Amino acid sequence: MDKDVILTARGITMTFPGVKALQNVDLTLRKGEIHALMGENGAGKSTLIKCLTGINDFEAGEIRMDGIDGPVKNHSTRDAQNVGISTVYQEVNLCPNLSVAENLFIGREPLTALKTIDRASYNKRSQIIMDDLGIEVDVTQNLENYSLAIQQMVAIARAVDMDCKVLILDEPTSSLDDEEVEKLFKLMRDLKAKGVSILFVTHFLEQVYAVCDRITVLRNGTFVGEYPIAELPRVKLVAAMMGKDLDALEAIEKENADFDKAEVVIDAQGISHTGTVKPFDLKIHKGEVVGVGGLLGSGRSELARSIYGADRASTGTLKVKGEEVKIAQPIDAMNRGMGMLPDDRKAEGIIGDLSIRENIILAMQAKRGALKPIPMKEQEAIADKFIDLLSIKCPSREAKINQLSGGNQQKVILARWLATDADFLILDEPTRGIDVGTKSEIQKLIIDLAKQGKSIMFISSEISEMLRTCNRMVIMRDGEKVNELSGDLTQEGVMNAIAGGEK
Amino acid sequence: MKKEKTFLQKVREWPLLLPVVALFLVMAVNIIYDAANGNNPFTFFMITLQNTTGNGTILYGRIIDILNRGSEAAILAIGMTLVVSSSAGTDISVGSVMALAASVCCVMLAGFGETSVTELRMPLIFGVIGGILIACVCGMFNGFLVAYLKIQPMVATLILFSAARAIGFLVNNNMIVYVRNDTFGKIGGFTGIIPTPIIIALVCVVLTALILKKTALGTYIQSVGINPKASRIAGLSSVAIIFMTYVICGFFAGVAGIVKASRITSADPNNVGLYMEMDAILAVALGGNSLGGGKFNLTGSIIGAYTIQAITTTLYALGVSTDQAPVFKAIIVIMIVAIQAPPVQAYFRKRRAAKLALQQEVA
Repeated sequence: MDKDVILTARGITMTFPGVKALQNVDLTLRKGEIHALMGENGAGKSTLIKCLTGINDFEAGEIRMDGIDGPVKNHSTRDAQNVGISTVYQEVNLCPNLSVAENLFIGREPLTALKTIDRASYNKRSQIIMDDLGIEVDVTQNLENYSLAIQQMVAIARAVDMDCKVLILDEPTSSLDDEEVEKLFKLMRDLKAKGVSILFVTHFLEQVYAVCDRITVLRNGTFVGEYPIAELPRVKLVAAMMGKDLDALEAIEKENADFDKAEVVIDAQGISHTGTVKPFDLKIHKGEVVGVGGLLGSGRSELARSIYGADRASTGTLKVKGEEVKIAQPIDAMNRGMGMLPDDRKAEGIIGDLSIRENIILAMQAKRGALKPIPMKEQEAIADKFIDLLSIKCPSREAKINQLSGGNQQKVILARWLATDADFLILDEPTRGIDVGTKSEIQKLIIDLAKQGKSIMFISSEISEMLRTCNRMVIMRDGEKVNELSGDLTQEGVMNAIAGGEK
Repeated sequence: MKKEKTFLQKVREWPLLLPVVALFLVMAVNIIYDAANGNNPFTFFMITLQNTTGNGTILYGRIIDILNRGSEAAILAIGMTLVVSSSAGTDISVGSVMALAASVCCVMLAGFGETSVTELRMPLIFGVIGGILIACVCGMFNGFLVAYLKIQPMVATLILFSAARAIGFLVNNNMIVYVRNDTFGKIGGFTGIIPTPIIIALVCVVLTALILKKTALGTYIQSVGINPKASRIAGLSSVAIIFMTYVICGFFAGVAGIVKASRITSADPNNVGLYMEMDAILAVALGGNSLGGGKFNLTGSIIGAYTIQAITTTLYALGVSTDQAPVFKAIIVIMIVAIQAPPVQAYFRKRRAAKLALQQEVA
């Protein structure tokens, strides 16, 4: 191992039932560097971290640490701490009702000669640790009296004091404001100067360029590459994270009409959702397909959710076909002709134990109300119609939806909304985790629907499929709508807009 | 290729298989016991007409007794099934709410401060409506805590579990109120030759089944119970639906409370509905329903309720004393529940699969 290297992971492979979570992934951490681990959600960042910290039991590959002979295999976070790997998560894993000092020494309290806890000494030592790191706190106060940023720093101080050589920070900044982030960065730089190596996971691109020395990029559980920060400008980073390979799909013809004169179906003004989406304006016309682009976590789903009422909008007004409407919950939006296919199919889409038929008619039934049940004959006819139309592969319409494959489940949820005959459909990642054939079917369906005069908001991580189907694209970054692209959409242009800040 | 299912396969996949088997097992014990004692082995199934001094000619027999005494549990089980399905939790206040409903009903009929009356102060129907109304209010309170404040069902209903009986005593002016009146006594007594509770339970079950069939409520409740988030996105109000199931549960607790009060001609907050919440929950579980919510089977719960009563009646017929009966009841319940437990089911499935593989290998 090189002299300046503290940790290497080579060929890490890990499978969850049915999914290759990590495939032959490498990671090299040098002494006293801040190393960014980048990748979209589901790229395998968390899985890799859990392999390092002993939470996951990886199948192949080895981890080596400086000063330890032979491969290191951690079986618990305690093992990991013993070899010098500590982790601080997004949610602070400390006890808010204990004092800062107690939190620092939990589980390893200094003892007096009588084997009782030596309070005086650990308060004094805690204060020294905190002063040393330049964190201004009174260590006898309860942790809950301090801001989240300070709490996070206490967690870091605890890790550092436990003689950690590698500090893993998993999304530490996602709930901090700008000033707090700055404080955290200062602490990170101080630790770096002390020789601690930091593995920093974040989805904020700006922050990567503010503190990091190197970047390792993962995509779909595979290792894309390791780059010094200077050699990987934003656009290239985004390209590495998303992967640019175009799917080998048949060409799809989209309507490229001028929509400015068409009827405005959705007119959102100043809509926001506190904490996730900053106020945005958006107009969507009849027959138009509007794509929402941005990295995962950029607020693109949240933008759609705040229009649909899945997350109640905090500010702003929404006009549907020129009429101002109040939307408190999804049913209000549905009654105005909207429908939404959520990105998390399992958590928010399917009703697992119900049959395909029941899943398809559910939204339609909800619109009619409980007192007007759809007669069984009609339910069966509707279900059969959509099973046929979308070629849903299933043993029978009475089969439970969880017996279907992901792609077929997605088609059932699509059928649910098509059955309501919605004028405006929000499709959040409709093609995620679906095989290529079904993907192109869904894309074609989107264009067909638009031709029938339906308006569609299409959210996807794959730029190529949005380029193929969208007439216009809205770009989101850090919860803010930063750009709107229309006319000739190109991969280059969209990626530039997503990365932003490139001079 | 899809093969036609054999009769055996169909039976195996029948959701009510285990509850029905459990009920048959209890019946079998009766038959064996009677046969061993030299009685007619089918004593259990015999229904005769008997003349009694108080009630005239009535139906008599062990089955009638089970159906009669199991009525309250069956009525409670209806509401409990819906609550479990929608909220993946149980309403443990139903027994106490029964007591409160009984108290309100009896006090309205007897007058506040009276301890024993033979004449009703107002038409029976007012007392009945009063009792049921207070139970519905209790249901609303539970529903508000669970659906709107998102308190865990067990904790939310724990409040009325302990408080409702005490409120019953307040209403009763700290006494047991006796209503020894024939009209009132009919609710827990006999209508013609049939015990009235059987009729009331039947009406409750049929009414609920009709409502579930004629509206989309059944689908709504199950959908919310399986995946509240997805149901919300699909336009259902999980909050309203969960709230409603608790009100329905309260309603049926009220009905059961009044039946019980009439049966014992008094409102005794200490004893009306005591431990009934456990029977109701057990009925739901015995019926093959998951206490984790979602899909429900009302028929299963009703069979479960009568199975519990069948066990009790059987034990008494076997001469087990009232105080010792719970021990045997517990043993039987453990066996029935264990048969339905997922690991045991998985074990049987595995054995079947192994046997099948072996057969194929031989062939």
